[in-house]
Amino acid sequence: MYRYDEYDQAIVDARVAEFRDQVARRLANEITEDQFKPLRLMNGLYLQLHAYMLRVAVPYGTLSGTQLHALAHIARKYDRGYGHFTTRQNIQYNWIKLAEAPDLLAELAAVEMHAIQTSGNCIRNISSDQFAGAAADELADPRPYAELLRQWSSFHPEFSFLPRKFKIAVTASDTDRAAIQLHDIGLQLVDRDGVRGFKVWVGGGMGRTPMIGHVVREFIPASQYLSYCEAILRVYNRYGRRDNIYKARIKILVHELGAEEFTRQVEAEWALLEPLALDAPAAEYARIVAQFAEPAYDAAASDQLDLADPGFALWVKQNVHPHKRPSYAIATISLKPAGGIPGDASADQMDLIADLAARYAHDEIRVTHSQNLVLAHVRKADLHALWTALDGAGLATANLDLVTDIIACPGLDYCALANARSIPVAQQIAARFADLDRQHDIGELKIKISGCINACGHHHAGHIGILGVDKKGEEAYQLLLGGSGAEDTSLAKILGPGFTEAGIVDAVEKVIDRYRSVRTGPSERFLDTYRRVGADPFKEAVYG
Amino acid sequence: MIKLLTGNDLLTGDVLWWDGAGWSLNLADAVAVEGDALLAKVIAEERINDPALIDAELTPHGPRPRTMRERIRGTGPTVRLDLNRMPA
Repeated sequence: MYRYDEYDQAIVDARVAEFRDQVARRLANEITEDQFKPLRLMNGLYLQLHAYMLRVAVPYGTLSGTQLHALAHIARKYDRGYGHFTTRQNIQYNWIKLAEAPDLLAELAAVEMHAIQTSGNCIRNISSDQFAGAAADELADPRPYAELLRQWSSFHPEFSFLPRKFKIAVTASDTDRAAIQLHDIGLQLVDRDGVRGFKVWVGGGMGRTPMIGHVVREFIPASQYLSYCEAILRVYNRYGRRDNIYKARIKILVHELGAEEFTRQVEAEWALLEPLALDAPAAEYARIVAQFAEPAYDAAASDQLDLADPGFALWVKQNVHPHKRPSYAIATISLKPAGGIPGDASADQMDLIADLAARYAHDEIRVTHSQNLVLAHVRKADLHALWTALDGAGLATANLDLVTDIIACPGLDYCALANARSIPVAQQIAARFADLDRQHDIGELKIKISGCINACGHHHAGHIGILGVDKKGEEAYQLLLGGSGAEDTSLAKILGPGFTEAGIVDAVEKVIDRYRSVRTGPSERFLDTYRRVGADPFKEAVYG
Repeated sequence: MIKLLTGNDLLTGDVLWWDGAGWSLNLADAVAVEGDALLAKVIAEERINDPALIDAELTPHGPRPRTMRERIRGTGPTVRLDLNRMPA
């Protein structure tokens, strides 16, 4: 994986020193909170309901074992022994003290991590496919391109004060595991006539006004994707709605201009940029690619797998994916145990997973936007030992993409923006469907819960989405059906009137019961059934 | 309905409640506040973040904020009762 060079390290160290000075001045009351707040937000430090929250960037979701150990250490030393993995493949700590934040950031910098640009109206953490570099179905590892984007977008002087935040995702497979069509820019690596390049979507997003991105370029050569992104950002920076925060995302600009006119403007801008040779030199790209070299695979490893142990077999069926090498596999560690908090991991669990990554997975861990962790390069021969160790720590729940593998934002239990709690709803649904046989009978079903319209829980992309709203100071929940963040992207639609906390769990169960009665068979996913029969049978089941 | 003065501690981010003489970590210590003068003073001092007057009612068990948001601020996350400073 990518290692900082002297410039990366110097930049991050300098930022820590700068923030240390800013914190000291704030604590001495030399600057006001109004002056300080944008400075701390630029370093990922929010003030939430109960304490400061620090959001740490995990570039394209990739961590080394050393980094995960450091995150565990930080959870113990500076927080309350745990962290929360997010839908942007980052990690958040919920109980940070302002005076200790500079020391924390210094410890992060020592393992080549930071919290820069995890807040504010700038280009946020570049996200990617959690199976990158390992997936059997990918064209090539997309992470070198994501890393170049990270370097290009970090402290980009022109794009540090955009109209609104900006999110980019990069994948290299027809199977979309990164929700690229729901990003401000989505990039899919493709080949055309022997040339490698990207298909480019712009203007997708969730939040208050969910929209699916438009294809603005079927193909841009990979040697020019940075300057093309620069052109997109320039058009957005120039014309994005700074007058209205609710209309400031690029999706609104694309919608208001129309995709055709927006594309015309981007092409015109790019025509000006292209002669300036802003793209990375081939040698720099080659330097980065070399750092994503394949691990030293065991050429003698067997591609056989003994599935005699039924618990292990179930986990393999649900949580293990094909690797590009037949003797290896990709293992997803569910952070959704029964009764647990989606995405939370204790310091001890982080240390264990880092140890297992060192022993079985070439010392590398991935964070997924579904709030799980992945070991991407595991010998099939080691899978049982890995599963045994995970099972002993309560980390072998075989529920990937099933009804209890729920995305949930922190919600009103932590978040200052939230209107309603998300986590308790996820826990109650998980408890209602705790029976694994029932889960496997239901099959793939992605429930996504947001505690407010900002949609950090991706409710618009849920096969079943739940949105928490405020009703005169009390919590209420809307039910949405039919969303997808995959290659068949669609936006979920509200089914009808909202519910109380108890009512929403009952409503979800009624929807699922109706699905089981109208599906053509177990192989028809909930989403496919919904698309075939429409909303009416589910309305009747819930409200009839 | 009464008003309570609340905010977050600058150093720790802890939720604080005005108890009549100073700041308390315990919602049960909160007292009714009249007028905006105290809030204006707190804002000017710049030591408490996001200071605000919130609606609450007096109950036999102490002050109860009107909204779920403020009640959760008063007790801590409902999903990690082990981390709460005081009983829910």
